[in-house]
Amino acid sequence: MRDFPLIFERSVPGRRGFGLPESDVPAQPLEELVPPQALRRRPPALPEVSELDVVRHYTRLSHRNFSIDEGFYPLGSCTMKYNPKLHEELARLPGFARLHPYTPEELAQGALQLLWELGEELRELAGMDAVTFQPAAGAHGELVGLLVIRAYFASRGEKRTRVIVPDSAHGTNPATAAMVGYEVVTVRSDARGNLDLAALEQYLDERTAALMLTNPNTLGLFEEQVDRISERVHAVGAQMYLDGANFNAMVGITRPGDQGFDVMHMNLHKTFSTPHGGGGPGAGVVAVKSHLEPFLPVPVVVRDGDRYRLDFDRPQSVGRVRAFYGNFANLVRAYAYLRTLGAEGLRAVAEHAVLHANYLRVRLAPYYEIPYQRICKHEFVASGVRQKRRDGVTTRDIAKRLLDYGFHAPTVYFPLIVEEAIMIEPTETESLQTLDAFVDAMVAIDRECREDPEKVRTAPHTTAVGRLDEVRAARQLDLRWRPA
Amino acid sequence: MYPEDYRYSSEHEWAKRENGRVRVGITRFAADRLTDVVYVELPQVGSEVRFMQPFGVVESVKAASELYAPVSGRVVEVNERLRDHPELVNQDPHGEGWMIVVEATDPSELDRLMDAQGYRRHIGEA
Repeated sequence: MRDFPLIFERSVPGRRGFGLPESDVPAQPLEELVPPQALRRRPPALPEVSELDVVRHYTRLSHRNFSIDEGFYPLGSCTMKYNPKLHEELARLPGFARLHPYTPEELAQGALQLLWELGEELRELAGMDAVTFQPAAGAHGELVGLLVIRAYFASRGEKRTRVIVPDSAHGTNPATAAMVGYEVVTVRSDARGNLDLAALEQYLDERTAALMLTNPNTLGLFEEQVDRISERVHAVGAQMYLDGANFNAMVGITRPGDQGFDVMHMNLHKTFSTPHGGGGPGAGVVAVKSHLEPFLPVPVVVRDGDRYRLDFDRPQSVGRVRAFYGNFANLVRAYAYLRTLGAEGLRAVAEHAVLHANYLRVRLAPYYEIPYQRICKHEFVASGVRQKRRDGVTTRDIAKRLLDYGFHAPTVYFPLIVEEAIMIEPTETESLQTLDAFVDAMVAIDRECREDPEKVRTAPHTTAVGRLDEVRAARQLDLRWRPA
Repeated sequence: MYPEDYRYSSEHEWAKRENGRVRVGITRFAADRLTDVVYVELPQVGSEVRFMQPFGVVESVKAASELYAPVSGRVVEVNERLRDHPELVNQDPHGEGWMIVVEATDPSELDRLMDAQGYRRHIGEA
């Protein structure tokens, strides 16, 4: 028996968590209400449990989870910042939380106003002209962004077949391009960690639909030639797509639109502090320049005088990409975040995020290889290569050992261009004391690698579940879609 | 470590001439960097592969990477054992862990690849 049974395994036939009074209207036989082909032959296999069973099961499960509310979570590229509890209260206001998505526009003016104002603020921060709230998260935003680009070229009668991505790109970028039907071309990074401009130019021609760039890139470095890159990409008529995963590093300081980007997605669940990890849900707003606006998904929130409405009359739109208007409650949280911080506050977010990352980078440099030695933005990439060669301890082991020190592991083995990569993003919401405690743990682990490497290789030792056999788990899949 | 009679691609595939046919796999260096291989997706016998174009995918617990054909031609053999024993790629990458055999349409393509010494330099081991 596992130490932690599934909720299905707690099931006892006939047990219920609630009681209902007798119905005061006569019962109709199901067969008269539902066509026979839609009727189940067997009841669904739902767990039969009491309310207390459910409470205990999920409360115990939650104790095994690691969350930002519990400890430092330096997961690179994920911006695991604190999610203010005030936002939870605001998202639960009945006027938002209990609003039905089919409520007529005239009775939902407050919600529409919130969307419109949020759009204005995000447009301003992005340096773009129009937004859509529909994408459910970042990768969905990429898909919408490329669909918009494809529709734009189709409207001009241009057949473009290629999307260019750097070798440091998030894996979602080439995946998205392939899903939209483009051929993916990968361009290498140069020795400073920038996209190699000369290599890019070899691939740029009238076949290119877009360059998908992350800025700062996944090495945590600002693309120093972004203006020249934009110029070259636009010179062949292609579009600049910004993967906005790392927007936290420049929000309120520089605007993607001014850097030459035509489309970007923003992860509200990263930069704008809506909760994520463990499934989110995310919110991947897409912002575009005016020449792409006609192609955005419908509906779009528009203002007529002092009234707000949903505009479905967009004949060139790529169509709807999600039910209703996106993850609305998270849009409320992002709106609250923007309004609480204001312009000055947002600028301070980016400044502190960058300061914290550089502090950790410099303090860890004596102990861990830092392949790109230059001022980083909101995150940086270290490497466990020194420990691997010297002590036979890998980045994976170091990451597991960090769990014993009470920290979530950083992102590891990404980006792919750094061997034994350890990608650290502290975010602006951590204190100096927390950052120092993390440095102490990393220094202690480096010492353990030299003095007691076996302890690191077999970590974690203090968690409820120890080292898993990832290889066996991947080779001998044990999957099922209903209880055995 | 790297057989002298093999040719090597910059994407870490090896190619071994066998009477007009070419046996293909990935190098020890690639297998080590990938760590434990858990799945290998290979083409069907009879399909065509093109020089330095993807012909399959190798997946480890760490990453998924495309496999590039070191020579153009028709696939005449596929290492079916890898389906149940992907660990062969780690255990014996230059032997039992081979992936496909290609009936090469232009064996001179192999001249464009590196020899063992060139490959060792490429990966910084020479």
